[in-house]
Parts: sequence; structure tokens; C-alpha cells
Amino acid sequence: MAHPDLWPETPHEGPEDLELWEEGPPREPGAGPRAEGPPAAGEVRLTLKIRRYNPAVRPDAWWDEFAVNMHPTDRLLDALHEVKWFHDGTLALRRSCAHGVCGSDAMLIDGRNALACKVLVKDVAPKVTVEPIRGLRVIKDLVVDMEPFFEGYKRVLPFLINDEDPPDRERLQTPQERERYDDTTKCILCAACTTSCPIFWGDGEYIGPAAIVNAHRFVFDSRDRGARDRLDILADRTGVFRCRTTFNCTEACPRGIKVTKAIQEVKRAIMFDRL
Amino acid sequence: MGGGAAGLRAAIAAAEASDGLDIALVSKVYPMRSHTVSAEGGAGAALGPDDSLDLHAFDTIRGSDYLADQHAVEAFVAEGPGEIVQTERWGCPWSREPDGRLAVRAFGGMSVNRTAFAADKTGFHLLHTLFQTSLKYERIVRLDEFFVTSLLLEDGRCVGVAAIDMRDSEVRCITAKAVILCTGGIGRVFSFTTNAAINTGDGMALAYRAGVPLKDMEFVQYHPTGLPGTGILMTEASQGEGGYLVNNEGRRFLEDYIPSKMELGPRDILSRAIIEEIEKGHAFEGPYGHYVHLDIRHLGEKTIDKRLPFVRELATKFVGIDPVHEPIPVRPVVHYMMGGIDTDEVGRTRLPGLYAAGEAACVSINGANRLGSNSLTECLVFGRRVGRLAAQDALVAAAPSENPVVRLAEAEQERLVASYLEKETGTERVAAVRRDLQAAMERGAGVFRTEESLKQAVEEVGELRERYADLSLDDRERAFNTELVAALELGNMLDVAETIVRSGLDRRESRGSHTRRDYPDRDDDRFLAHSLAFASAEGPRIEYGDVTITRWPPEERKY
Ligand SMILES: Cc1cc2nc3c(=O)[nH]c(=O)nc-3n(C[C@H](O)[C@H](O)[C@H](O)COP(=O)(O)OP(=O)(O)OC[C@H]3O[C@@H](n4cnc5c(N)ncnc54)[C@H](O)[C@@H]3O)c2cc1C
Ligand code: SF4
Ligand code: FES
Repeated sequence: MAHPDLWPETPHEGPEDLELWEEGPPREPGAGPRAEGPPAAGEVRLTLKIRRYNPAVRPDAWWDEFAVNMHPTDRLLDALHEVKWFHDGTLALRRSCAHGVCGSDAMLIDGRNALACKVLVKDVAPKVTVEPIRGLRVIKDLVVDMEPFFEGYKRVLPFLINDEDPPDRERLQTPQERERYDDTTKCILCAACTTSCPIFWGDGEYIGPAAIVNAHRFVFDSRDRGARDRLDILADRTGVFRCRTTFNCTEACPRGIKVTKAIQEVKRAIMFDRL
Repeated sequence: MGGGAAGLRAAIAAAEASDGLDIALVSKVYPMRSHTVSAEGGAGAALGPDDSLDLHAFDTIRGSDYLADQHAVEAFVAEGPGEIVQTERWGCPWSREPDGRLAVRAFGGMSVNRTAFAADKTGFHLLHTLFQTSLKYERIVRLDEFFVTSLLLEDGRCVGVAAIDMRDSEVRCITAKAVILCTGGIGRVFSFTTNAAINTGDGMALAYRAGVPLKDMEFVQYHPTGLPGTGILMTEASQGEGGYLVNNEGRRFLEDYIPSKMELGPRDILSRAIIEEIEKGHAFEGPYGHYVHLDIRHLGEKTIDKRLPFVRELATKFVGIDPVHEPIPVRPVVHYMMGGIDTDEVGRTRLPGLYAAGEAACVSINGANRLGSNSLTECLVFGRRVGRLAAQDALVAAAPSENPVVRLAEAEQERLVASYLEKETGTERVAAVRRDLQAAMERGAGVFRTEESLKQAVEEVGELRERYADLSLDDRERAFNTELVAALELGNMLDVAETIVRSGLDRRESRGSHTRRDYPDRDDDRFLAHSLAFASAEGPRIEYGDVTITRWPPEERKY
């Protein structure tokens, strides 16, 4: 097992190291009040235990705890904002839409990947543990380097390929044909699946479930002609056959995409040369 | 600049226009995180057999309360269908009719079904399709998570941007022969909004400070149906599919306001109706204020799951109400900025080298009130127009001189370090000033406005500026300093807010979304004109510009 301090530098780390990390709030700059008074009527008190990392402050990761008063129906993202805006402005996280469609804020929440904007305070109170998603280098706190993830995505040629002359108007596609690839159009590129996959953690090479989901989206689109190229790419040693069907990805997907099923369909398409 | 629908469409158009160009797509978030992703309902274009360009134009112009520039609207409706078809060719998974054609649905203020949709995640699918298509062009170099802090100006021309790379907070200087601002809207200037956290009006503020006027900024659209508390939008497609708005007497109260259109009336009228119902005591009351009901139960579970799955998901998740069995609580919420950077109908601003499109720009096809589903199409049509134009201009423009530009970037870095990262004085938190700004705007420039409320807001924004000067950051480090970004955004929000309240104060009439209790009527003699807010040492200076009328002379806006 690697030394916990190495986490930020070693991207492919399994979840078992959790217990070993150092506890306590060591950071000085700008530390604001860490707790306020008791919760007002209708509010609950939530303690957030957040895994921090900032190479400019100290070389290793550490834990910080904050207590905030929130409405039970607030999102965990709101609680993180409360921390960031009123307790400790140094906390770094990504977010945009705040309702589960932009894919910015996948995090490891109580040991499972989820979007902070889709977890409600009432479902995690009184205490929640928040960490960055695993398997990608941490830049700061909850912000990881997404570039390797997007490189995998780009490798599967995630755009419609069809050089035939299009008709004057739209190409026709029946609702049934549209339905065939519907599930995998829903991917928001949050990386929750890929960073929950033990094969991805253990192996810098596996392209990961999200890339396969996005290949599936085009392979099964009646308008696309690039399936062969994509399947060749995924048949390669970094591709689908590394998958060991652990279903972590399907469980992690905040859009409810049947990720493992999509991977299986792509495997089958490669093996039986059938679309 | 900007990786939403408008920015991506512009980048693709520029890439297609010439092999000889280097195109940088600068965005403060990964493009697919842009706010376009949240658009649910659809994209309007005259695609159907019972539709016509003139009808779409007329609906748009009437919806705008005659403040739209009609030549721009004509171009918009003419190019809309082609753009929707283009995105289909690029793979956008539009919903289909049984025979395989693109399906269209009803939308507020549109007199026929003309809104193409991809379930109720149209913006999401459109954005991903454009992003995916942009990956095909190696000429488009993405600078993701770069935050633009200022425009580089040289001899009265825009020659690039200064941006901080968020990974290390270093200012990078990106020189360019043409800069296109596609930075989206301003919802976050208000406290209750459907807009993403990143919608802080940066591009508008940058252009404004560079001397380009902001046009029609008093026109802020309230969407009638947001979830109380979070402001999450219940798409107007809910009404397009047949949903009802009901008050606490169980009555479809719109029959008192707009009986001919009922739930399919334009947003400004619906939002005012809901506020009036609240004032009459006909609303429900909850922990997040007053609300009315959006009832879609009669559509049945099957239709809801097929056409409005996201509405069901959002309502269930965020207010714990399953719309198959219970009505959804809704209230008006800040949604869209009709105004923006003053451009002509191809996206050119008054500053050579600077262009704009999308929600950040004001062409204007939206006038005093945008019709739902027009803005995605606007992003496509004007994104393409401006991308091509900027490409053509860039091919013949002289290269900016590297030296002064590098010096400008260095000066920008010094400014950031001195004003934020190494600033020693100050006590104010970004979030405290921002919260008070949002509250002031909500009070002063809401659905209904008065001389008094707007004057008060002008004053409060002025005070907030002083507090802004007293800002102090917790985070003084360089790595992914989102507090620094938030502080810069807040500076932009203050500039934009000031133009909204000043323009609103001077427009002493009611038109579209701008409703003055003290001037309840439209006044074409004085105000059939675009407001133009110019930056000056004393704050915004308001001038007026002509509205282009081609074939639809202003008449009373009747439904
Ligand atoms: C909830 C919701 C639903 C909607 N539904 C519909 C609908 O059904 N139909 C419809 O037509 N319209 C709809 N709209 C409106 C429509 O979505 C927007 O007007 C449109 O998407 C704006 O696109 P854009 O490309 O102009 O900007 P955005 O998509 O907002 O993109 C702005 C871009 O600018 C970048 N940017 C901003 N500032 C900076 C900076 N300082 N430095 C670097 N980059 C920067 C951002 O990173 C982002 O990439 C909806 C809006 C909302 C809020
Ligand atoms: S498949 Fe699901 S979990 Fe994976 S990136 Fe896409 S949306 Fe996220
Ligand atoms: S902030 Fe967009 S998915 Fe959570």
C-alpha cells in the first residue's frame, strides 16, 4: 500500500488507504470560523469532513472539518459553498449548473462517487465525508486533472461520421432507431464511472467506461458510419476487454445510464461483428 | 471566448471558413459545462408544414413588444431551419416524428408548433453535439479553464485577451486579429435565478469597460416557472405539452390575464400574472416564499416520462414531489438577459476586432421580451454569422504587434497580484458583497419596478462598489484559485448590475419584461428606442439608438 502522502502524485490509488490519512485541520492561511451557533428552526447541522490538498501549503493531503447549518433539502453542493464562501475561501471545487446536467462536480461522497449537486443534505446529515474522485491527479482539494479522462473520450472519435451526401433536409431516423442509442446519449462526462472503476485505478492504460459509453452512443446511431473504426480502437488492449464487469460504473452513474450493459453490447459487437 | 452554443458554433464556422486560421476557444469551464447545457425545452425554427418564416418573424417581433430589430429577425428566422438541420447532420439526437422527421412542439408565444427538441434536454444535446463536432477540427485549439480578465486594446482595436490559466493563476496573453465574445448571460446578478453559477456577465463587462455600449440592459426576463428555493427551471415545454398553472383556489387563473393563450402566453405576461396572484393572496406559501402550482398530472405518466422526463426527475429530487401524482410548486425566476453587447446583425461591435454573439450579445432579435426557444437558435444563427465574418476579417487584418501586447498582459498580472493576491488591506468577503448585490437587484429590478425601487438599487450598487474595493481573499495561492475568479466575476457583476438599474431607471414606460408600476403603458413616442449604456467616470451614461422596422409597424401587443 502506498504512503498516503503520495496520493496527489500517484493517480492510481485504491480506496483501501482511507483509514490511514492524517486527521485534523493543519492549515493557517485565511482560516475563518469553523463553526457557528446552533441551527435555526428547520435547519440541520451538517459536519463536512473534506479531504484537502494544496501543494503550495503543504506537500501532502490532509482532512479538514467544517460544521454548517443547512436546510435539509439543500444540496451538498450548497453546503460546500457555505464552507467556501463563509468559512474557508481556499476550498477548491468545480461546479456550474447545480442540478446534475453539466457534469462538473463528481466527488467521492461517503465513499461513493456522486454529484454534489444531486446529493441532499438530509440524506447525509449529520456528517459527510467528501473527497476528490480517484484515479486522476489531484490539482487542489476536490479538483482533479481531467485531461487524461478527456483524452480517452477523444480517442473513440465521439462525433458523427458519415460522408454520404445528406438529403436536402434532415436525415430521417425513426423513433425506434432514435431509441436504440438513447441511453448512452445521456452521458454528461462527469467521470463518476471511470473513476469508480478498479481497473482504471490499477492500470493507467484502460480507456475507461465513459469513453466506451460515448463510443456506444455513435456505434448504435443509425446515421453513423464510423462504427468499424471505433470498434477497432476499443478492441485494442486498452479497450473494452479490460472490463471485468464489476458494475461499479453503473452504480456510480448519476444519469442512470446502464454503463455495464453498454460495455457488454460493445464487446459483443466486436466479437460477433454485429451491430 | 466562450464554449457554449454560440462560441462553439462560431468556432466551427471560422474553422470551416478557412484553413489559414488558428482558432482558440477560451472558456472558464470545460465547454460541456457551459450554461447552454441547462436549456431544456427546445430550439425554435419554422420547420413544420403549417409554419412560415413570416409567422415566426411576426411572433418574435410581437413577443419583443416591437423593440426587436426587424432586419435581424428576418435573417434569424430565415437561417434558423438550416441551422437546426445542420446540427442534425452533425448528429444531434433530436426527437422524431413517427415518419422519422424532426418533431416540433408548442412553446409560449409561438402561434404554431415550431420548437424542435431532444426530449427535455435540448441544450444538453445541442451543446454536446457542437462540442463533439468541434473536436473534428484540429485548428480549434481549446484553452479550457482559462478565465479572461480583460481585452487587449491597441490603437483603438481589440487585439486579443488576457486570461488566467486557472491551474496556476498566471496571466496568459492571447493575441488575436479577431475576438468573439460568447460569454452568455447574467442571471447570477440576482439571487433567485435559473442560471448556472458561472453566469456572471463577464463578457458584457469586458466590452463595456473597453468602451462598447451595453444595449437594452433593463430587459431581464423572468421565467414564470422556477422551483422555489433552488430556482431550478421547470421547462415551458411542460405547458407546451399541456400543463396548467393553478392558484390556491384550484383555478387556472390565466383566464383573468390572457384567456386567448392561457399557459402558452409569453413569459413576461405569465410572470406578472403570477406575481399579481401572489399579491392578491391567491398563492400558496412555503418555506421559500409564495408560489402557484404547475399541474401536469393529467398528461399521464407515459407522456411525462417520454416528453418531460427531466421535469419529473428534477421535481422529485429537489422538492420531493412526483409530478405524476402532485402539482409542482413554481414561481417567477430570473432567467434570461435580452440586452447585451451592442452588435449589428452580423455580430460586429463598434470596436474594430471585437465581435459578440449568443446571450452576451444584443443584436437585437429579442427586444423587450424573448420568446422561449428562440435563443438556442439565436446562438446557432448568429454564432455562425459572426464566426464567418470574424474569419474573413482576420484573414485580411494586420497582425497585432507582439511587444505592446505582452506589456499589457504583464500589467494585467501586476494588477491581479496587487489588487487581490497580495493585497494587504480589506475586510470584505466576496460572498457577502455578492449576496447583498443579488438581494438589492431582486428588490430594485424585479418583475415590477418603480422610480423609487430603481433609485434605491442604483444607490445600493454604488455602496457595494465601495465595499468591493475593500475585498480581502482567503486564498492567496496560485493553484486553482476559485476565490480569485469569484472576486473578478463579482467585479463584472457590479458593472453589469449598474447598467441594468440605470437603464431601467431612465426607461419611464412599460414594455415587455420591463414593467414600471409608475409608468404602466408603452410609450412609443419616447421609448421605441434601444437604450445604450456607455461606461463613464460617473457610471453608466444612457443614450438611445434607433429600432429598425421593416414590415411590421408597431401596434398594441394583443394576444
Ligand atoms: C434553465 C434554462 C433553460 C433554458 N431553456 C432554453 C430553451 O429551451 N430554449 C432556448 O432557446 N433557450 C433556453 N435557454 C436560454 C439559453 O440556454 C441560453 O440563452 C443560451 O444557451 C446561451 O448560450 P451562450 O452560448 O450564449 O452562452 P453560455 O452557454 O452561457 O456559454 C458561455 C460561455 O462563456 C464562457 N465564459 C464566460 N465568461 C468567461 C470568462 N471570463 N473567461 C472565459 N470564458 C468565459 C463560459 O465558460 C461558457 O463556455 C435556457 C436557459 C436556462 C437558464
Ligand atoms: S457514463 Fe454516467 S458516470 Fe460515466 S461519465 Fe457519463 S454520466 Fe458520468
Ligand atoms: S454542478 Fe452541474 S452537474 Fe453538478
